[in-house]
Amino acid sequence: MAETTSTYALEIHDLAKSFDRPAVDGLELCVRAGEFYVLLGPNGAGKTTTLRMTTGLLKPDRGSVSVFGVDILADPVGAKRLMAWLSDEPMVYERLTPLEYLYFIAGLWGIDRAAAETKSRDLLEVLGLAPHAGERCEQLSKGMRQKVALAGALVHEPRLIILDEPFTGLDAASARLAKAMLRDRVTAGCAVIMTTHILEVAERMADRVGVMSGGRLVAEGTLDELRRLAGAGSGTLEDTFLALVDTDGEPAVAA
Amino acid sequence: MGSRRSRHDSVSVTGAGLVKPGTVAWFARHELCLAWRDWIWLLSGGHRRRGVAVTLGLVGFVLLMHGVAAMMLPHSPDLAGVPPKRILVVIGGTLLLYGSLMLSQAMEAVTRAFYARGDLDLVLSSPASASRLFAVRIVAMAASIAAMSLLLAAPVIDVLVLRSGAHWLAAYGVIIAMAMVAVAASTITTILLFAAIGPRRTRLVAQIIAAIVGASFVIGVQLLAILSIGTVSRIEFLESEAVVSHTPASDSIAWLPAYAVAGNGLDLVIVIAVAAIMLGGAIRFCAPLFGTLALATAAISEAPSRASGRWRSRFRVMSPGQALRRKEWALLRRDPWLISQSLMQLLYLLPPFFMLWRSFYGDSHLATLLVPVLIMAAGQLAGGLAWLAVSGEDAPDLIGSAPITTAHIWWAKAQAVAGVIGIVFAPAVVILAIVQPILALVTALGVAIAAASASLIQFWFRAQVKRSLFRRRHVSSRIATFAEAFSSITWSGAGAVMLVDPWLAIIPGGFALAVLAGAWSVSPQRG
Repeated sequence: MAETTSTYALEIHDLAKSFDRPAVDGLELCVRAGEFYVLLGPNGAGKTTTLRMTTGLLKPDRGSVSVFGVDILADPVGAKRLMAWLSDEPMVYERLTPLEYLYFIAGLWGIDRAAAETKSRDLLEVLGLAPHAGERCEQLSKGMRQKVALAGALVHEPRLIILDEPFTGLDAASARLAKAMLRDRVTAGCAVIMTTHILEVAERMADRVGVMSGGRLVAEGTLDELRRLAGAGSGTLEDTFLALVDTDGEPAVAA
Repeated sequence: MGSRRSRHDSVSVTGAGLVKPGTVAWFARHELCLAWRDWIWLLSGGHRRRGVAVTLGLVGFVLLMHGVAAMMLPHSPDLAGVPPKRILVVIGGTLLLYGSLMLSQAMEAVTRAFYARGDLDLVLSSPASASRLFAVRIVAMAASIAAMSLLLAAPVIDVLVLRSGAHWLAAYGVIIAMAMVAVAASTITTILLFAAIGPRRTRLVAQIIAAIVGASFVIGVQLLAILSIGTVSRIEFLESEAVVSHTPASDSIAWLPAYAVAGNGLDLVIVIAVAAIMLGGAIRFCAPLFGTLALATAAISEAPSRASGRWRSRFRVMSPGQALRRKEWALLRRDPWLISQSLMQLLYLLPPFFMLWRSFYGDSHLATLLVPVLIMAAGQLAGGLAWLAVSGEDAPDLIGSAPITTAHIWWAKAQAVAGVIGIVFAPAVVILAIVQPILALVTALGVAIAAASASLIQFWFRAQVKRSLFRRRHVSSRIATFAEAFSSITWSGAGAVMLVDPWLAIIPGGFALAVLAGAWSVSPQRG
């Protein structure tokens, strides 16, 4: 079992990744346990690349990523055991039922059988998917599949939950439910790092907000701190965001 | 900014300005543009240099095929004038063979036109006429099938023209007519299937029909040839007295397409006219139904399903390895189309099996001949299954983010493939063990090695794609396809030789290992 003594849920140092051009460029970012962290930025800012490197789906060119003190490069299995990843277009197996999908994930994470079965059923009940638990995912709507994927991200009780645009495709009631579930996890001591383009969600849920641009973190802090930094007064997060990042996606203020 | 504006303006002038939007001509131009870009992409993969190389390679291949055709086609005075009955039978049989393959392609294409969503949602939500689009797509399907068939037939036709006269050029016209008939028949069949069994089952049934039609004539003629005159040559079989004497008289209307191929002008006109009427009829009657049927296929995924035993599942929480294996097996078991496609590969092994049986029946036991066929079948089946497990993984991010090592994942997937191979081939091995234990031992060993080799090749050449592209897996890497086929053949040869002289088996075994080493050395995963 990996050591998990760090007070930080996620520590990223000097992280870099280039494709044709630098996508992430010397990123420094820390998320505390029990914190809801929202990563904002214009399209192409490097948010998704950062999260994919954090989850071990992409190898960085340089830098380090630790999850509760476990280095993802040195001990990928130990680090992955502690976290869950949910992408903006999650793939669920069309020919498995939601219940089977959750059992499959519980199996991958090596969760105790009895606990996993109870947890799976509870999650499907809470998310309103119980009536569809025995239907194949191919017959579910996009929003329902999104909820199945969300349940999959929660079924193994991760301590760090990484979400890339998780509310795309969810109706208002489902989105509210998902937000409440995530907030409960944070209250229980988990950390959540999430990207979103819905600034209202960030405004209402984030303990801290990080703004990325050009592969770097150009601003970070609570909403008030960001407002002060951007000189946006009592404006909305949208005003603050636009003041921090100009319309071409370039940083408007120095980090 | 100014330059941007002028570029946009020029696009609108060359684009919508000349052809009225929503008309058949407008849709035709749109489809042609997409088809041309697809073709260019297929050739070049987005790289200009590669496009030139592939084009040159294609030209070289066509020239090579002309050479092969020149060597294979006999010099016969019968080909110069009105063809005798023997030649008519060969032409007719070849047309049937070609026709079955074209029909198979057409069924696939029509099914895709209905079920692949692509741009349908956009078109169906627009005020443009969906029936016009489908009319254009029916013609486009006929054109693309004709083009592919002409490319394959051109070497034979050209050699015939050079040797026996320009009248053989008529064969081009007959092939175009056959493409029209194949698409018309496929469109009508698909529409009838919709009406008879509904959109949910039509897709599967149509794809199975396409596969069976494509395979049945090739395999059927070869089987008949082997069983009746002991050869795999279709031409020899069709020319045989047994076949010629059982076909209609030379003046029968059944030979009209064959006479058209041989250059009879009136027959050619009749064949093309009938084909055009059939295609026109299919467009006239089926195109207006397109919108309704396309909507019906879209509704499949939204149809309420029977929720039987909500909390009941045979899938249990287990270890990561077990979870991966069970998942692969469940996905395969629940996809009848994939099962049919996988097992269809085994159908093509029937002719060599019967050939071996017939050739050695006198001095060898039937069971001995099964060994190489089983080994080859195992290699082919394992290649397909490994592709599904490795390249056809539908949730790579989920698997990649799970707390298990990559080696553990691949090992579990290899075990999933091995499990299916075991289930399929174990009965044959058990039966062989009863007949002669040494045969069972060689078969079991050969099946395991051939399956492992094919799986390794798929692993080395893995590329993430949708599982539903299984039929097109051979296109994604020609090298992997050839390596997989050569590996299966050489291990099959090694198995056969081992039964005669175990030391001699080192030679084909060495070839097989060389094939694997060659595949590894050029595989993209090597780095």
